[in-house]
Amino acid sequence: MAKTIRIIPRLDIKGPNLVKGIHLEGLRVLGKPEQYARYYYETGADELIYMDIVASLYERNSLHDLIMRTAREIFVPLTVGGGLRTIDDIRDVLRAGADKVCLNTAAIKNPGIIRDAARKFGSSTIIVSIEAIRQPDGKYLAYTDNGREYTGLEVLEWAKRAEEFGAGEIMITSVDREGTGLGYDVALTKKIAEAVSIPVIACGGAGKLEHIEMVISEGKADAVAIASLLHYDFIKYHKVEIYTSREGNVEFLESGRAFSKVSSANLKEIKSYLLVKGYPCRHLS
Amino acid sequence: MKLNKKQKPKVAIIDYEMCNLFSVNHSCLHVGLEAHITSDISFILKSDGVILPGVGAFGDAMKNMKRFDLINPIKDFIATGKPFMGICLGMQLLMSESEEFGIFKGLDIINGTVVKFRSKKSDGSIIKVPQVGWNAIYNHKNEDSDAWRNTALENLKNGEYMYFVHSFFVVPSDDSVVLSLTRYEETEFCSSIVCKNITAFQFHPEKSAIEGIKIYRNWAKIVEIDKENRLNE
Repeated sequence: MAKTIRIIPRLDIKGPNLVKGIHLEGLRVLGKPEQYARYYYETGADELIYMDIVASLYERNSLHDLIMRTAREIFVPLTVGGGLRTIDDIRDVLRAGADKVCLNTAAIKNPGIIRDAARKFGSSTIIVSIEAIRQPDGKYLAYTDNGREYTGLEVLEWAKRAEEFGAGEIMITSVDREGTGLGYDVALTKKIAEAVSIPVIACGGAGKLEHIEMVISEGKADAVAIASLLHYDFIKYHKVEIYTSREGNVEFLESGRAFSKVSSANLKEIKSYLLVKGYPCRHLS
Repeated sequence: MKLNKKQKPKVAIIDYEMCNLFSVNHSCLHVGLEAHITSDISFILKSDGVILPGVGAFGDAMKNMKRFDLINPIKDFIATGKPFMGICLGMQLLMSESEEFGIFKGLDIINGTVVKFRSKKSDGSIIKVPQVGWNAIYNHKNEDSDAWRNTALENLKNGEYMYFVHSFFVVPSDDSVVLSLTRYEETEFCSSIVCKNITAFQFHPEKSAIEGIKIYRNWAKIVEIDKENRLNE
């Protein structure tokens, strides 16, 4: 029997809100993250990812509250990433109820933190997130800060090193595809998945069910992170709660428009589709 | 009698600095157990039930157990016959020994060894180790649908999915302690055991959604009944 594929809703967080951008920029406010998280949990999410994409220090407390509220009612693994710089930062989010953490900038600046964190909290707790941008010459380089900061690191080398340092999983995000709905970067995912022996989570670009199938079959992904495709489906059928602060760009939500770039689906539809195609996954009856 | 019945059963979650105990604690609270994260020996011995969780390396775990002086108290607690639950590494530690980076002695409460998944399939392709994700658990005796009655897996579907994170698994010498089996790539392994008052899982019921919480609820019932029986003795 083949391995069970994990479907992981990814929720990008800014301040108190769930947001979604394109290429990790141009953020729209989509509502209260916990409302989405609860729905995804109830409909069969295999794990959840909260990514604090602004990760400014003064907003740390609101993230902590969110993790705590979520962990109390959601009994699947919760990964938290964004702005975690030190072992103490990692300990703080784990104490608040996260099961795993996602490191990008901190790991690139000091790969030793992967080893220290893996030793302290266990390898399986540490996911190294790689944000890749394809260069004109076809090479993929790793970036930090939502694809804004150039590092010069070649992604394949970096993924292998991260594994050596003790990362438990790799999340590979194609910044080029992120939020576009054009599909995962299958070639990039495959490259990484075949080079490391730890699980690889593909992220960025899912716009329809076929994209998910493709990154599993050809990209060899062990898990897939999905955002827009799920979020826009939720919006279609639910009344979205917004924090009254009205912080950020809420125009999209208020317009009642659909997001044209993705053919949205819910978790049950995604899993039924994968099962029919012969990919085992945990499905709720 | 009535007053005692109203008191929630007290459960000790053993803290020997080998993992994040938040979700174990929350699952206990969720099903009405009064849970305490602790390494206090007298508290552990007085508890109505004990949970030994754990993530990480076998050798380090045994080292920490020694440092906290927990080995004999755990054995003493198990000898009282009160319900004991091991999770993940907490299951593996119950065995005689592990082959993780050399041979390490375990608590030796259940006869058997701990071995690692192979890294390659028979066709030479890579097997991802650790196993991270959801996998099905099966009745040891497939034909017997009642095999899980009166255990912590009662009322779970044969083939229910649970969340696993591990590179090693247990091989008990005595097959009769096997409560469920799971297949990962080409290996079939023991994913839970029950042996007198001990129940142990390779997977994480506290991260296995509603069905995982059902396991905590079943175990809480076992603890409650055991406590009641003791009070009535």
